[in-house]
Amino acid sequence: MPLALVLALFFVLPLLATAVVSLWDYTEYSLVPDVTARNYREMFEGCASFTLCTTFRTYLSTLKLCLLVWMFTLTIGFTVAYFLAFMVRTETMRTVLFLLCTAPFLTSNVIRMISWIPLLGREGVANRALKSLGIVSQPVEWLLFSEFSVVLAFVHLYTLFVTVPVFNSLMRIDRRLLEAARDAGATGWQTLWHVVVPLAKPGIVIGSIFVIVLVMGDFVTIGVMGGQQIASVGKVIQVQMSYLQFPAAAAQAMVLLALVLGMIVALTKLVDIRREL
Amino acid sequence: MPIHAAGRAPLPRITAPGRARHASCCPGFPQPETLRLETLAPLKLRGAIEFVGVSKRFGATTAVSALDLRIPAGTYCCLLGPSGCGKTTTLRMLAGHEQASDGDILLDNTNVTGLPPARRGTAMMFQSYALFPHLSCLDNVAFSLRMQGVPKPERHARAADMLALVEMDSYAARLPAQLSGGQQQRVALARALVTNPAALLLDEPLSALDPFLRGRVRAELKRFQQRLGISFVHVTHSQDEALALADWVVLMKDGRIEQQGTAMALFDRPRTAFVARFLGGHNVLALPQGQVAVRADRTRLAEGGGYPATLRALEYTGTGFSLSLADATGEELGVLLDEAALAAHPLTPGDQVALTWDAADERPLDPA
Repeated sequence: MPLALVLALFFVLPLLATAVVSLWDYTEYSLVPDVTARNYREMFEGCASFTLCTTFRTYLSTLKLCLLVWMFTLTIGFTVAYFLAFMVRTETMRTVLFLLCTAPFLTSNVIRMISWIPLLGREGVANRALKSLGIVSQPVEWLLFSEFSVVLAFVHLYTLFVTVPVFNSLMRIDRRLLEAARDAGATGWQTLWHVVVPLAKPGIVIGSIFVIVLVMGDFVTIGVMGGQQIASVGKVIQVQMSYLQFPAAAAQAMVLLALVLGMIVALTKLVDIRREL
Repeated sequence: MPIHAAGRAPLPRITAPGRARHASCCPGFPQPETLRLETLAPLKLRGAIEFVGVSKRFGATTAVSALDLRIPAGTYCCLLGPSGCGKTTTLRMLAGHEQASDGDILLDNTNVTGLPPARRGTAMMFQSYALFPHLSCLDNVAFSLRMQGVPKPERHARAADMLALVEMDSYAARLPAQLSGGQQQRVALARALVTNPAALLLDEPLSALDPFLRGRVRAELKRFQQRLGISFVHVTHSQDEALALADWVVLMKDGRIEQQGTAMALFDRPRTAFVARFLGGHNVLALPQGQVAVRADRTRLAEGGGYPATLRALEYTGTGFSLSLADATGEELGVLLDEAALAAHPLTPGDQVALTWDAADERPLDPA
């Protein structure tokens, strides 16, 4: 019961408040309690035409980032988890390497993000190295404040959120299954694809949910690493809030919430997470 | 699980071990010629196994040392021994899941020592079966065919035939977790047999079953082996299993073969005290001329003098009484007694008794 109370107070209530405010009207200097579809209508204004409206373009840009980050975190996260689970022989070594993976979490998100800047900047370490090696003559511009740097920072920040659940799934796989696959003539890749990946699905789905939720709602990383130049839904909400357009921001948030929930539901259709936990 | 009569005999066609055989797909599908083998060709025994000086070392420890073993084609062979005797390592070397450190392994006169598991013509049935939990029974059985690239309709048809052979066809769509232990065992058997191996390797196949089921499955395994005409190599630590099933028993100790032979030969003429004790049903007696073994059912209580022993316990077995005794050195001995004999001479634990036997039943043992 106390837990239900905490949930009601800190989760359900704010959510309801957001939903209610999203129906309010507003002027330049005041919020007007009301029931109006204005915020939603304005959000999708012009979206019926063939040229993409701002909202759709923003969502597409966010989804594209999300997809890129998801692909990279999944590939790297799975590889690391596979290495830890199957290639490391001793339990001690596994624990040590696992702790090593979590070491970056000792510093804050923002610090880890910002520390990329001196590396990737125009006069940064990467550019100087490239220049001194004679690979480029002019500093590479797209290293920082670009989609590249945003994705890089996201992958750096969130890969562990995939590694941990996938590792957990992999550790539960009976090693005899791998031998049974080999006995049945499966090559290494066939075993990976037909046995390991299907059995790691719960971990993959949980990790994917983490990454999708974190990236879809982000505005800090995209702001800092994108040089405030890249559109994202989170950024839009933040800007609207800073102009005190709370009802518009709330409506935006409700649409984002619906989209992310839809994605999660689709993912959970792939695997029964409740059974696997 | 009665074997199907000849009319429906989904026995796979005999092909070279490990070769994919899907050349003739798919218009003429299904492939009935694979199913009528029994009525067309006389059963050719397969699975002649030979170990020549095979050793396996793990670091400094030697799991199997210089093993020499010949198993004729179509033999039910049990590798028997206590845990750590090297029987499982021997099986895994034959399966290709361990590399022999030394020596050669031959299957049907082909040296398979360096071949990967699937190219050897062996199939392994794992302890607790190792069925793929995410695949249905049908897909589990079809797995190796899928790995070979056999098209879906053909591999499903062949897997369905194998499931029918083990009478699990009505469970084809179930996941392994939805099956009982005995049913899982049958699916595992079907999965192993679908590649048409010359030798089926079974690692403690009955240990996950309850005792009642164990007896039934044991009889089924034997029937399958005889019907398929291939060799079964069955690893077990249960002497009952080995005696009941095996045409050839290989009793191992410390990575070596302690004694091998037919079950009857082993039980009748144990070579060493270890063999006599491990098989059970024997009394190992220290006589002036050396150690001998006498079967418990040939040992009697003496009226006058005899081999002195102390009664430790007596148990009613239904057919009579089983007496547990100990001699002066603490060696455990056993004697079987019927109700009438016990009624004539009531005994209580702690009594001093004397044992006797016919000289013809004495089996001199090699010194250890």
